[in-house]
Amino acid sequence: MSYLSLTDADREAMLAAIGVDSVDELFRDVPVGVRFSRELDLPPALAEADLTRELERLAGRNALPEVSFLGAGIYDHYVPGVVDAVLQRGEFLTAYTPYQPELSQGVLQAIFEYQTAICELTGLDVANASGYDGTTVAADACFVAKQATGRTKIVVTEATSPQVRQVVKTYARGFGLDVVEVPHDGGTTDPDRVRESSGDAAAVLFQQPNFFGCLEPAPDLAAVASEADALAVAHVDLVSLGVLEAPGNYGCALAVGEGQSAGNWMSYGGPHYGFLAARQNYIRRLPGRIVGETVDAAGKRGYVLTLQTREQHIRREKATSNITTNQTLLALAGLVHLSLLGPQGLRETGETCMALAQYAKERLTARGLELLFPEKATFKEFAVRVGRNAADAIRSARARGVHPGYALGRDYPGLDDAILVAVTERRTTDEIDRLVQALTT
Amino acid sequence: MSRTVPLIYERSQPGRRGLEVPRPDLPVPQLPEELARQEPPRLPELAEPEVLRHFTELSTRNFGVDTGFYPLGSCTMKYNPRVNERLASLPGFRDLHPLADEEDVQGALELEWHLGEILREVTGLDAVCLQPAAGSQGELTGLLLLRAYFDDRGEGEQRRRIVIPDSAHGTNPASVTMAGYELTPVRTDARGNIDLDDLRPKVDVHTAGLMLTNPSTLGLFDENIEAIRDVFHGVGALMYYDGANLNAVCGISRPGDMGFDVVHINLHKTFSQPHGGGGPGGGPIVVRDTLAPFLPVPLVVRDGDRYRLDYDRPKSIGKVRGFTGPFGVFVRSYAFMRAWGPRLREMSEVAVLNANYLLARLRDAYDLPFDRLCMHEFVLSARTLKRDHGISALDVAKRLMDFGFHPPTIYFPLIVPEALMIEPTETEAKETLDAFVEAMLAIAREARDEPETIRSAPHGRPVERLDEGRAARQPIVRHGFDRHELAPLGEPRPVEAPQGA
Repeated sequence: MSYLSLTDADREAMLAAIGVDSVDELFRDVPVGVRFSRELDLPPALAEADLTRELERLAGRNALPEVSFLGAGIYDHYVPGVVDAVLQRGEFLTAYTPYQPELSQGVLQAIFEYQTAICELTGLDVANASGYDGTTVAADACFVAKQATGRTKIVVTEATSPQVRQVVKTYARGFGLDVVEVPHDGGTTDPDRVRESSGDAAAVLFQQPNFFGCLEPAPDLAAVASEADALAVAHVDLVSLGVLEAPGNYGCALAVGEGQSAGNWMSYGGPHYGFLAARQNYIRRLPGRIVGETVDAAGKRGYVLTLQTREQHIRREKATSNITTNQTLLALAGLVHLSLLGPQGLRETGETCMALAQYAKERLTARGLELLFPEKATFKEFAVRVGRNAADAIRSARARGVHPGYALGRDYPGLDDAILVAVTERRTTDEIDRLVQALTT
Repeated sequence: MSRTVPLIYERSQPGRRGLEVPRPDLPVPQLPEELARQEPPRLPELAEPEVLRHFTELSTRNFGVDTGFYPLGSCTMKYNPRVNERLASLPGFRDLHPLADEEDVQGALELEWHLGEILREVTGLDAVCLQPAAGSQGELTGLLLLRAYFDDRGEGEQRRRIVIPDSAHGTNPASVTMAGYELTPVRTDARGNIDLDDLRPKVDVHTAGLMLTNPSTLGLFDENIEAIRDVFHGVGALMYYDGANLNAVCGISRPGDMGFDVVHINLHKTFSQPHGGGGPGGGPIVVRDTLAPFLPVPLVVRDGDRYRLDYDRPKSIGKVRGFTGPFGVFVRSYAFMRAWGPRLREMSEVAVLNANYLLARLRDAYDLPFDRLCMHEFVLSARTLKRDHGISALDVAKRLMDFGFHPPTIYFPLIVPEALMIEPTETEAKETLDAFVEAMLAIAREARDEPETIRSAPHGRPVERLDEGRAARQPIVRHGFDRHELAPLGEPRPVEAPQGA
C-alpha cells in the first residue's frame, strides 16, 4: 500500500521494541465479544490509475448543461486561477486548526484578513472564522439572539431560502426556540406584517436579496426588529455587497450568509463556507473560532486564536456552540477571490450581474413571458412565469442544452409555473438569447 | 525569517486590481437609493502577481502534514493523497449544481450511495445520512435523532439526560446543550475505562443515552464496553459513538457490534479529507434501523442502477445543512476508501503499531498515567518534568517545534495533568518515528540540564511565544486601517487550555 512506509523489517523491529509477538496482540484489550472476525466486505483496492478511471466514470455520469441559469443559493460565479493555486499549497491544505500559533502564522493571519473583509463587506465590527454553510450560520445567529435577549421566538420571512428556514427550524428544536414565519406580499416582505409578529422576538431574520431575487425593504425590516428590541439578522450574498448597502449600515445586529459566491466551486453543494458578522457587543457570544492580533515575547505582531473561553474545548456544556472544525480553507478561497477583485472588481461584478439580469428580463418579457413580481427591483436573480408547468419547461429547455433555473413550485405552492433565473457575470448575452429561445419556442 | 508579513490591506494601493471582470455593453439598472451601497468596502487593491505572492508567503509560515510529522492526538493527521484533490476537481463534480435534476446527477448520487455502503460496513450499522458538515454537527444531529426517537415513543419528556465520561471531547457536552439535553458526567477508573460503579447509579429511565469515544481520548479501548451496553440498553437508553477515533478500529471492531445505535464519522480524520487549516470536514452519521425514520432529508436511495433523493420521510428531524452535504469531501474520502479496499484493517493495525512503538520508547522518559497497550494514540504526562524542573507540557510542545515537529495535543484530555496526547497515524515512516523519539528524549534531558533552552522555545520561528492573554483581554479581531502599533508587554503567560483534539 503506497500510503504506508513500514517494511516487514520495520514491523519486526517495532513489535520487538513493544515486546509483543504479533500485531494481533496489540488488540488484546478489545473484548472477544466485540471483535470483528471477518474481512470487511468492501470493493477491491484500486491502484491510482484505476481509481482515477473509476472516479472519472462517476464524474462522467453527471450531465452538465451547456448553459445554466440555476441558482437559488448556489451560483455559477467565476473562480479565479489564483484561488486554486493558493488552496493547493500543502501548508494550508494539510494543516489542522491553528492551536500552535508559532507554526500557524500563515493561516492565522489569513483568517484575520478574512474576518476584516467580512466586516468591511457587512459593515459590522466582528466576524468569526467561518461556519459550515449559509444555512447553519443562520441557526447560529438565532442562538446568539436567544442568549443576548433571553427570548425564545425567532421571526423568519417566508421569502428567506427554504433550506435556511428548514435548518433554522431543525436547530430550533434543540435550542428551545419557536420559529414564526411571515409571508411575503408580492415578492417582498411588508414591514407591518413583521411588526405584528415581532413582539417578544429574539431575532428577525430576513434575506437580502430574498429567495425570489427581490430586494427587500431591508432598512425598514431592520427598524421594525429594533423597535421590538429584537436583533435584526440579514442573510446576504457577498457578491451583492459591492452595490447593495451593508447590513451594518442599516441597523442590523448580525449578518450571515453563504460564502460560496466568493471563491468556491459549486461542487454539488459543498464544501463551502458560511460567514457570520456582528456588532462589537456580541463578540463574546459568537460561535466558532475567532483570530485576534497580539504580540510575541519580542514585541512583534502576531496572531492567535482568541476569546477561546467561549468555545467547547474550554467551556464544554456552557460553550456558545459545539463547533470546532469549520470551513477555513473555503473561507481562505473567499479571501483570495475578494483580494483579487478589490472594491472596484466587486462593484463591477455586481453591476455586470444586474445588467445581464435586466437584459434577460427584457428579452423574456418582450417574447411574451411575465415576470412573477414585475414591480420589484432585483439583483442577479428573478422569477418568471413560463405559462406552463415549470418542471415541463425545464425539461424541454434541458433538451436544448439550457438549464433555465429553479422551479419555485418545489417550495412555494401556487407558483408551479414560475422559474427562478440566476444570471451571474459568467453569462453572456448570447447565452441569455439561448435561454429566451429555450423558454419561448 | 523573523520579519512581520504585512497584512494584505497594508500592501494595498488605490487603483490596482487583481482580476478583470466581464463588462458587457449594457446599461446598469439603477438601484433604489436607500438600498444602494454608499461607501465601498475597503477590500485590498493589488495586482494579481502580488496577491499570489502574499498568500504564498503566508503559506511558508504554516506547517502541514506535507511539511512534516504532525502527531496531534485525536486529530488523525495522516497523509492526504494528492490524487484526491485532482479527482474532486473533475468538472463533472466541481461544476455540478446541487439543485440540478436527478437525472443529471446520477454519478454524484452513485458516489454518495457507495460511500454510504462502505460506512455501513465499517460501522456495522444500517442506515446512513451524509449531510452533517463536521463531527460536532454529526453529534448534534445524532442527539436530535435521539430526541425524535423518544418523542415518537412518548418518552421525550421523561428521558432528559445524556451520560458523558470526564475524558470526552468538549464537543460532546456542548452538543448536549445545543440539543436541549442535560449532562450527566461519569468518571474514568484507574485503568482508563468508564468507572462502572460510578456509572450504574446514574443510568435509569430518565437517561436518553451515552456519548462515548471508543477507543477513548486516552487512546484506550474500554474493556467493559459490553457491560456498559447492557447498562444503557437495559433501561431503554441508546448509545452514541463519537467516531473521532475510528482510525484505531476499522475492520477490528465495529461500533454497531459494540452496541452503539448512532455513530458519526469524521471523514477529515479517518478518511483523509485534508484539514485545510481548520476545515472543511465531513460528519456523516450511521444509525440502527430503529432510528432511520428520523434521519435528515434527503437520503440517497437506489432503485436498480438509478439513484434518487428521498425527501418523503415524514418523521425526519429536517435538515442540518444545505443539500446532501459537503460533496467534495465525499469525493476525496470515497477515493481514499477505494484505494484501501478491504485492507482498511491494515490501516488501523499500522496506526496502532506506530502508536505502541512510540509509547514503548517514550514511557520511561515521561509519566504514563495509564499503563496499558494503547490503540492509535496515547497520553503521556509532563507532570514530573514540571515538578522537578518547571518544564510544562506547553514548554515541551514549543521545544518540539525546534526539532521540526508539530507538537502533540496538550492539556487534553482534561483528566490528565500536563497531558501530551500523541497520535502518529499509519502513514509515518519508522525513521520519522525514531527521530521524534530522539527529540522527545532530548527534551527530557534538556529539562534537567538546560531548561532555559526549552522555556525560550521555539527558536527561529516567524514569531516567538505569543501573548494569548492580551489577545483575549483587548480583542483586536480585524484590521483597523489606521495603523496601530502594539507596544511590547511583559513575559507571555502560558495558557493551560487544550490545544488540539
